[in-house]
Amino acid sequence: MTEPIIEFKNFSFKYNSQAESTLKDINLKINKGEKILLAGPSGSGKSTIGRCLNGLIPNIDQGEITGQCLVNGKDITKTSLFDFSFTTSTILQDADSQFIGLTVGEDIAFALENDCQSKDKMHQTVNQWAKELQIKELLTQSPQSLSGGQKQIVALAGVLVDESPILIFDEPLANLDPASGLKTMAIIDKIQKELNATVIIIEHRVEEVLSQSIDKIVLVNDGKIIADHPTNQLLHVDILEKVGVRQPLYLKALAAANVDLGSIQKLDKIADLPDSDQISQKLTSWTNQISLKKDKSIKQPLLKLDHVGHQYSKHQPYPLQDVSATINKGDFISIVGQNGAGKTTLCRIICGFISNEGKITLKDQDLANLSIKERAEKIGYVMQDPNQMISQKMIFDEIALGLRLRNVDEDTIKQKVNQTLKICGLYPFRHWPISALSFGQKKRITIASILVLEPEIIILDEPTAGQDWKTYTEIMDFLKHLNNLGKTIIIITHDMHLMLEYTSRSLAFAKGKLIADTTPIELLTNPELISKASLKRTSLYKLAKHYSLPDPNKFVQAYINFEQQNWRDEDYE
Amino acid sequence: MNDSKILGYQPGNSFIHALNATTKMIFLILVSIACMVTYDTRFLIAICILSLILLKIAGIKWKQVSFIVKFIIVFAIINIIAVFIFQPTYGETLYHSRTVLINAGYFTLTAQELFYLFNVSLKYICSIPLVLLFLLTTNPSQFAASLNKIGVSYKVSYAVSLALRYIPNIQESYWSISAAQQARGNELSKKASLGKRIHGTLNIVTPLIFSSLDRIDTISTAMQLRRFGSKKKRTWYVAESFSLADYLVTSLAFILVLVVILLFKVNSGRFYNPFV
Amino acid sequence: MNNQKGLSVKSVVAIGIGAAIYVILARFTSIPTGIPNTNIEIVYPFLALLATIYGPVVGFSVGFIGHALSDFLMYGQTWWSWVLATAILGLIIGLYGMRLDLENGVFTTKQMIGFNIVQVIANVVSWLIIAPVGDILIYSEPQNKVFLQGATATITNSISILILGTILLKAYAATKVKKGSLRKD
Repeated sequence: MTEPIIEFKNFSFKYNSQAESTLKDINLKINKGEKILLAGPSGSGKSTIGRCLNGLIPNIDQGEITGQCLVNGKDITKTSLFDFSFTTSTILQDADSQFIGLTVGEDIAFALENDCQSKDKMHQTVNQWAKELQIKELLTQSPQSLSGGQKQIVALAGVLVDESPILIFDEPLANLDPASGLKTMAIIDKIQKELNATVIIIEHRVEEVLSQSIDKIVLVNDGKIIADHPTNQLLHVDILEKVGVRQPLYLKALAAANVDLGSIQKLDKIADLPDSDQISQKLTSWTNQISLKKDKSIKQPLLKLDHVGHQYSKHQPYPLQDVSATINKGDFISIVGQNGAGKTTLCRIICGFISNEGKITLKDQDLANLSIKERAEKIGYVMQDPNQMISQKMIFDEIALGLRLRNVDEDTIKQKVNQTLKICGLYPFRHWPISALSFGQKKRITIASILVLEPEIIILDEPTAGQDWKTYTEIMDFLKHLNNLGKTIIIITHDMHLMLEYTSRSLAFAKGKLIADTTPIELLTNPELISKASLKRTSLYKLAKHYSLPDPNKFVQAYINFEQQNWRDEDYE
Repeated sequence: MNDSKILGYQPGNSFIHALNATTKMIFLILVSIACMVTYDTRFLIAICILSLILLKIAGIKWKQVSFIVKFIIVFAIINIIAVFIFQPTYGETLYHSRTVLINAGYFTLTAQELFYLFNVSLKYICSIPLVLLFLLTTNPSQFAASLNKIGVSYKVSYAVSLALRYIPNIQESYWSISAAQQARGNELSKKASLGKRIHGTLNIVTPLIFSSLDRIDTISTAMQLRRFGSKKKRTWYVAESFSLADYLVTSLAFILVLVVILLFKVNSGRFYNPFV
Repeated sequence: MNNQKGLSVKSVVAIGIGAAIYVILARFTSIPTGIPNTNIEIVYPFLALLATIYGPVVGFSVGFIGHALSDFLMYGQTWWSWVLATAILGLIIGLYGMRLDLENGVFTTKQMIGFNIVQVIANVVSWLIIAPVGDILIYSEPQNKVFLQGATATITNSISILILGTILLKAYAATKVKKGSLRKD
């Protein structure tokens, strides 16, 4: 059992297009049948390690290799991509790029088609795996009709047909709602046990991955392996957050309540934490010492939705219908719910991109008569992918675009754009081309380009999807800063902790209906709503339950308040 | 916004739906070529009637195709007027005779010209029902397999399949980008000046093109990891075997081509000439 | 690395995605000029961009498949002479594109002029020779009509590529700019 299936020996790699090595002197052994989490911030080199294991390096990505990397006994410099494909199977991050067939069945069969297998044999294999993964009823459906979680499972089925001994998952949780994320992790676990496969999960969302047992965490930063320990051991070392990977929340909460993590033997599962009255008491007293400030300010109604709905086509199973809500000035609202529940549709309606039933008013003005352009001066919309919003080459021009199209004079534009750049912390970059910026910075550009029109409400579609903790914090802190300046902000999100930590109110959607309009904490205490909207409790709640705290919600709230105390506005001045 | 008016597969269980996609493709290609080559009025009319009957058999409703038919009629009329304006005497040259119907100087209308224009319109319309039939009754999944079967390389066939797979995604991106740009203040309405419209379109098209091109690398990586292109051939999950009906329909297509060749002999050329 | 014969996988994908983009652009982004039946088509500048990046084979195939597919999906009919003309346009521009280095962010003024000379030649070959001759052979249409149509297409498409194509190529090269030379100020 202890023979290594993967072995890096003093391995370094430098992409031809880059000046510095991406991987530096890597030494790593992974044994057959192990389940590994490869964690690290964006740009740390964790994906590059993955690309060595499936042969993309050096077969597709060219560069300089020193040292040696053996995968299943084969030297990667001497093995073709074709040979690799039977050893290593990869599930890519972007399910839409991996799912290339016109139907589910065709996509699962893709590799078999390329092997020239007979039609009968293919159908047999496809049926077998579809049954195994419980997607038989999807076989004739097209990719457009599937949810993010379903696409992920189809992509998995498409590589399982090879029965390779090594499976690599590249950020499998990036685009999934919380419930689908949990389900995906459970499926990975099940498959791994059945096939006795070696599984490598590349992720920065440690807490979610740890919902199933993981043998070992390998932590990568700046091209080097900085930790390689069994999960429990690694969690005892306070190292994750030093490199910008978020530690599981329950551990942070325990540490905040002055519980000595070193004295607890097993940290990797809440269920395995020791039943200790001492810890219970520490948590309870910590909860009590934190003051819960109630928000007593009277809110001014801003946007009113009155029985709003939209149906794309007659065949749509769950059209958005009958949404009524009032959004107040200064609200920071999260819109949550399963993929396809109508979240994006609602935002498009508010912005006037699509027509709607019912009535929408902003400060008593009916929006029905305003064009998209006119509405945008009151309500700004930021798309998920900044690359789909950016049309100019230079930062200044991109932010100025909306004003220029409104024929504002150039002096005013200059003044307004510079002011916005300062608010957004982008002023030093104003003469840069946009192509030189990071994802987080591009996101800020797109927010700035909306902000410059001085809308009262800003709506953002999944602003942090697929981002590591550092970028996540950068984007969310910036939004909080804007909220503190008095802007009303609405975000669509799948991230439960984001919802709790940053937003003050949640609208939950399921099957086209608004099923809850309440505080995030209240939402996550209602098991029925949680299951209907495909949400999931955070580990903080589970921790409180584990220690039978009198009021778990108060504990969660206390932790959030604790985190917010450390927050400062100053970075933007 | 999803009023996209793009023709697509409509499931059904007619005789035509049941035919192998390859059969339908061979039939479409051969008959289209036959119609392209010949100017024999009788043949064109026969094909027209045949394909209308087939549309009926396949249970295609008028409203599924009405927008296309209207477009084609407008296009055909404009084109015919253009042909007439440019060379009102073209029919005489083709049919070697002159029967004046309306005397109007340069625009004198002859029976020969009228007959030629009639033939041109027939050529425009006679293959359309067949194409509609093919598009509406053929599962796009089988498109690539059929192309490959009739001799197109599997790589090119798969490229067509990829195009069909990603058209809905790119269309969705187009709408989102376009809406976001309109919110920024981009006006594409007819009121805006030409320069503004060009600028506005560029602001939508640039992010659309660049974000779509980014996908090419990821998709080709995903395909290579699953061994696409490693062999000289590949098989198809959706391939279907030929039935008796398929052989019969394919034979009919070849017979129609033979008829066209025969008509060449009979008419001694492309044109059927009733005037001599 | 590419020891297989025929098209590389990347080219196959470029053809597929390229054709899909072509269909969407053809469907939604024609800009009417005000002159009847004369539109500024963004598809041709796009085709020019794709052909310069991925070469003549992809240029030809995207032109062919994209044009045929968009005609069929929209009108249920296509005009093969014009499909072929579009394909040849992609081919010729793609041949010249092999001499450019857009991937590394290079697009000099000299190359810009070269590109535009080639694209005008390609337009002349496509619309003034292939399309009209095809129309005469296939549809027996009067010569002066088809050549006038061809001339109009040559002019509008050359101008489209001159303005929009050059902008697209320049913008693409700009996204490939190397990092490291930038300073905050």
